[in-house]
Amino acid sequence: MRPRGIGEWLAYGLLYLSIVLVTLPVAAVLFILVSRGYSAISWEFLTAMPRMGMRAGGIFPAIMGTLLLVLGTVAIALPLGVMAAIYLSEYAGRGRLNRLIHLAIVNLAGVPSVVYGLFGLGAFVLFLKIGVSLLAGCLTLALMILPVIITASEEALQAVPQSFREASLALGATRWKTIWNVVLPSALPGILTGAILGVGRAAGETAPILFTAAAFFLPRLPKSIFDQVMALPYHLYIIATQVPNIPQNVQYGTALVLVALVLLVNASAIILRSYIRRRRSW
Amino acid sequence: MEKTACIIDVARLNFYYGKFQALKNISLQLESKKITAFIGPSGCGKSTFLRTLNRMNDLIAGARVEGKVLIDGRDIYAQDMDVVELRRRVGMVFQRPNPFPMSIFDNITYAPRMQGQHKGLDDLVERTLVRAALWDEVRDKLKSSALSLSGGQQQRLCIARALAADPGILLMDEPCSALDPVSTLRIEELMQDLKNEYTIIIVTHNMQQAARVSDYTGFFLSGELIEFGDSNKIFTKPDDKRTEDYITGRFG
Amino acid sequence: MFPLNNPTQKGRRSERWSEWAIERIILASGLLTIVFILLIFTFLLKDSLPLFKVYPLKAFLTGRDWYPISDPARFGLVPLLAGSLAVTLGSVIIAVPLGVAAAIYLAEVARPSIRESVKPVVEMLAAIPSVVFGFIGLLILAPYIKSLFDLPTGLTALTGSIMLAFMALPTIISISEDAISAVPREYREASLALGATQWQTISRVMVPAALSGITAAVMLGIGRVIGETMTVLMVTGNAALIPHSITQPVRTMTATIAAEMGEAVQYSEHYFALFSIGAVLFVITFAINFTADIVLHRFRRVGR
Repeated sequence: MRPRGIGEWLAYGLLYLSIVLVTLPVAAVLFILVSRGYSAISWEFLTAMPRMGMRAGGIFPAIMGTLLLVLGTVAIALPLGVMAAIYLSEYAGRGRLNRLIHLAIVNLAGVPSVVYGLFGLGAFVLFLKIGVSLLAGCLTLALMILPVIITASEEALQAVPQSFREASLALGATRWKTIWNVVLPSALPGILTGAILGVGRAAGETAPILFTAAAFFLPRLPKSIFDQVMALPYHLYIIATQVPNIPQNVQYGTALVLVALVLLVNASAIILRSYIRRRRSW
Repeated sequence: MEKTACIIDVARLNFYYGKFQALKNISLQLESKKITAFIGPSGCGKSTFLRTLNRMNDLIAGARVEGKVLIDGRDIYAQDMDVVELRRRVGMVFQRPNPFPMSIFDNITYAPRMQGQHKGLDDLVERTLVRAALWDEVRDKLKSSALSLSGGQQQRLCIARALAADPGILLMDEPCSALDPVSTLRIEELMQDLKNEYTIIIVTHNMQQAARVSDYTGFFLSGELIEFGDSNKIFTKPDDKRTEDYITGRFG
Repeated sequence: MFPLNNPTQKGRRSERWSEWAIERIILASGLLTIVFILLIFTFLLKDSLPLFKVYPLKAFLTGRDWYPISDPARFGLVPLLAGSLAVTLGSVIIAVPLGVAAAIYLAEVARPSIRESVKPVVEMLAAIPSVVFGFIGLLILAPYIKSLFDLPTGLTALTGSIMLAFMALPTIISISEDAISAVPREYREASLALGATQWQTISRVMVPAALSGITAAVMLGIGRVIGETMTVLMVTGNAALIPHSITQPVRTMTATIAAEMGEAVQYSEHYFALFSIGAVLFVITFAINFTADIVLHRFRRVGR
């Protein structure tokens, strides 16, 4: 790259500036959360129930609530998403139905999270009478991360070389046995990456669980899937806007735990992905 | 040609990829427990023809078949034909070695396991690997990945894997094109050895190979079967001018 | 070894049945995605249409007042729509030049080592939950905006726009970068071989060739921003007024739903009105995503 003239120097300068403007805030956010929040982090903060109207004690039920929500969400969305991806990649061909399903997925991915919340409220909580509960929240979040899982799984399935399928079919394996024994195992790491990205998304979302699962204050763990739960992102919203006089370091500490959780999940997906790329031998 | 030993009977076979006609009115009969080679310039339809015999072309969107292919007297394109059964009867070895990313053992036992056989696999693996002249090289590392083998070993593994499915017919689609001369020679020896038990049909762009290994040879050009007959005759006194031009290297 | 004319092998019959059943299940899972999108729309309609039995559709779409709990209640969409548009427009003005510039840098200028270290940062940006952006906007950015413009409150459309711009950036950057990278190498080589500088090649060949992909990226970014909820709920002040300036508080459609659904009585007019807003949001984002996908689809077919 050799800029010619003032105009090109300026143009390249702006390109560099854009990268600084994109990356610097991320660093700044992380720095602020760590520097102002770390003083709140302690073993008690992570493992104790909240006390004194959430002004003291810990955020244990919120952490557990988020973990339970995410677990249930993946348990619902993963099998469904993988099967839909198998259909798209292995059965559907390149016809009109395939295109239609892809359009549906793109639009599912684009539905605002608060609209998922409305749907969850209207369909699961009220229409199916599940009530505001862990289950209703998981169903709503599962629907929301379905496009993430389908897209990643389809990509992983299509990266499996066609020669594996041919070899298996030529040996007299049926189509499904070929998928189950050869295609799926090869695509598994890629599918897991997609699932982990979905987990990261579900763990951080607030709007879909606002009316379907989240409890304002519930200093105990849910006893069944029909109980409400606290959740980390909703808890952060509450203590930042709804309850006065929460110590700042508790707010920052909660935000730090949430971001750390989400970034940890995403980092593991990124590491898994680069591991696949290195290990792939075909 | 002895009609009694005929195992594959192709009659007026046409094959289309969409609008493109890849095979034109092919009729021929293939004999049991012989090696038949198909030669011709690339794009002539020889591989397409091979793939009509185990219906691997079914996987291609827009592919269409006319005419009849009888194997053991059954029309393999009939409505009631079970493709899975057909492919168990007609094994295939591909141009590039394509072992599964599993252990050597799991590769060999793949087809038997698919057919529900879970006993006597150890014996089967040894028998098949001996048959494919690979046993001595891999006997100590059956559990290691098939991808750790050399290209020539991988291809013999793929042959062994096909044999373990217990087919009667073995299709080989340019099986040596990705291999070095030494590995090629070993595969050719193996084919000679296997023809006592199997009907082998091989597609090759290598005329010397066809001349060395085959009992019968067919020459394809632009989707047509120009000439088919005894290999000795094809390679010494072909009837058709075009065959002669091809084998003497005057075009292609 | 068995000849082909044997009767069907033992086991094949049940294998064929299970194969058939599994294929039906898989087909059903594929079709479910279509069912879900229809279901979402159906439920939004089902719980919003009852509003219009008691409250005229025209008054909802053109009303300039949103007073859901006064008597009689007023459900005018205009201030909320205006709030959403103001915040979205502001964030687009910030995010599009920044995002496209970053994409050009990553696709055409950056060394591989820089690209490999910047991309995870962009992915991190995408991963940070919206409630955290709201939190940072509320505690860090809003006080700063307040003192900078000498305002009564820092919770304004501008604050929301800045925070949302960061949330739109990952979408805009990654899809634009894909689009630029998908431009055939031959174009670049042809341009450079004709003696054009790298910048001339980028600005006159690569970016124009990727333009429809970049357009789709911007549209998807807009779709993301207009549907964003928690951030705007926390930083835009939530005054249901038609804004006259970017430094005034606004209330978006998404924030209205999030803030009020908790207090709305089930199956009341207010409840139906909030679902109506949801239906409007759904239609808007559907139109944006649908168009963006058509554009991208065509780009991928023609562009290569």
